[in-house]
Amino acid sequence: MANAPHHRAGPHHTGPLTTLAYLVLLISQNIATLLLLPLVIASAVLTLIWVGLPFIILTATLLRTLADTQRRTLGHILHQGRIPSVYRPVPPSGVVARAGAIITDPATWKDLLWLVSTPASVSLVLIPAAFLAHGTLHLLFTLNTLLNLIPNTALYGFYTPTNLPQTLLPLLTGAILLYLAYITTPRAITLYIRFNRLLLSPTEKARLTARVAHLATSRANTIDTQAAEIRRIERDLHDGAQARLVALGMNLGMAENIVETDPETARTMLAEARETTRHALMELRDLVRGIHPPVLVERGLHGAVHALALTHHLPISVTIDLNGRPADPVESAAYFAIAELLTNTVKHSGATHAWIHINHGRNRLVITITDNGTGGADATPGSGLAGIRRRLDAFDGTMNITSPPGGPTIVTLEIPCALSSPKTLPSSATV
Amino acid sequence: MRVVIAEDLALLRDGLIRLLEAHDFTVVAAVDNGPDLQAALTEHKPDVAVVDVRLPPTFTDEGLQAALGARSQVPGLPILVLSQHVEQLYARELLSDDTGAVGYLLKDRVLDIGQFIEAVRRVADGGTAMDPAVISQLLARQDQSGPLAQLTPREREVLAEMAEGRSNSAIAGRLYITEKAVSKHINNIFTKLDLPPSSDDSRRVLAVLAYLNGQ
Repeated sequence: MANAPHHRAGPHHTGPLTTLAYLVLLISQNIATLLLLPLVIASAVLTLIWVGLPFIILTATLLRTLADTQRRTLGHILHQGRIPSVYRPVPPSGVVARAGAIITDPATWKDLLWLVSTPASVSLVLIPAAFLAHGTLHLLFTLNTLLNLIPNTALYGFYTPTNLPQTLLPLLTGAILLYLAYITTPRAITLYIRFNRLLLSPTEKARLTARVAHLATSRANTIDTQAAEIRRIERDLHDGAQARLVALGMNLGMAENIVETDPETARTMLAEARETTRHALMELRDLVRGIHPPVLVERGLHGAVHALALTHHLPISVTIDLNGRPADPVESAAYFAIAELLTNTVKHSGATHAWIHINHGRNRLVITITDNGTGGADATPGSGLAGIRRRLDAFDGTMNITSPPGGPTIVTLEIPCALSSPKTLPSSATV
Repeated sequence: MRVVIAEDLALLRDGLIRLLEAHDFTVVAAVDNGPDLQAALTEHKPDVAVVDVRLPPTFTDEGLQAALGARSQVPGLPILVLSQHVEQLYARELLSDDTGAVGYLLKDRVLDIGQFIEAVRRVADGGTAMDPAVISQLLARQDQSGPLAQLTPREREVLAEMAEGRSNSAIAGRLYITEKAVSKHINNIFTKLDLPPSSDDSRRVLAVLAYLNGQ
């Protein structure tokens, strides 16, 4: 069974070598940033005569890309995880408008601060590196003097030992330098990480502004979705059950009128009336299922997902480990997301087996749906997957899709929520 | 025959009482919630119980749970469950103790009084009565492997009819074949599903169970 990670491995899992590798990566990013500095200055100067505006857009884009790269890399070694990148939206067109949006965004200025502070960050890491290099040099020099490998050398070009104590002195200074390198390295790294994190983290105000903007969008989406849903229900009732009940009443009324004069026709009409009732009930049942499946009310997510798996065209393995039930709206959103994802799997993936895994941890409901199909799923706007993402947005939920061509497809849904009524329902089944 | 009815909607409960009493059943108890149902079932041990899935106090699957609870105390107690919707999950739970004597029908089936009464009688006699909706869900599912995949289309039709609880002659009538052909198909089904020869009745239940489990 293909297993998706439910939570990305935390930074505390990284060893010293991994940290070192990330550090090298970070510093090379810093150096790349340094190369950007002249470009930024040039575009700033050019802006004074208006020619620089397009360059501002270009350099800002480069700067943001670099800053985001460093944010991501830092996220790998930070305990807090990835640093969020918060920029104000840039209008899609208009050079002046775009440059204006970039210049007035406080995040741009913070990025610039990060840019000009790059020499400081680099030298911070260079201090222990310098200690290490010089210490090693001193040791090698002593070794050379003792063995006389390369004759007539002088330490730093002037220090030439003539007697034994003078020969052994660099050994002492070398040891001190190496010790200094040993004790400054972790501090310098910590300081470097903190410094860059401070400069790259969005201000609290920017973070809150972005959060408010996100909430406004997701609320508008939620209201739209619900209004559309209510319209659909109204239309279904109006055209379906309601119309059938009218027909039923008419049939019964006519049967009542002719029951004595033409009992045979009356009987036919009564049979028709019964048939109409059956159709109306069938439509109402489908409608109810579309609003909120009865099995979800009766058995919760646990039973409903099992029931879904039972009636599905594909064999589906279900593992659910929940200590209670999420709130009703979350339960319903999760159920419909799962149902939609399974429908997608059947329609597009060509899979022969699917796996559903549901658990709850760190105050999040985590749902993983995996199939062994051909992959290539993506949430393009207007697709079913994008619809699911929009619905989960209302709960601050997220959807991650991993679907390389050739498969497998792994979709992970995470919805922040608490569980109520503690009861243990661990179970697993293959259908 | 003695019947216990559990239905929380008074209108429907009265209708069921009237319907069953008109067909020579004696309603010994008619209750409207889960706890009362389980008490009535263990006290009266009726010939058959007609039970609504969703009952007070929780308005979830209280009726089903009470029925399953009573069946664990009175093994093989015949239960006919009525519901606004059908779930295979529930059908399996009802059939899980392998004793038959269960039915699981949509409430709509009450509209066809003749068939409904027949289903109640069949469950009281220890048979099964599964709703065609459960069966059609199963037929819609593609079985890629397993013994069920070996069945011919005709044998699958016969098994579907059997799962609904029909007798050989009823199946013959519905599929326009002779009773002899029906029993031949049924024997083939038993062989293909690897069901050892014992009494035909329990083999029928086992075949239906295998069918519902999609094995």
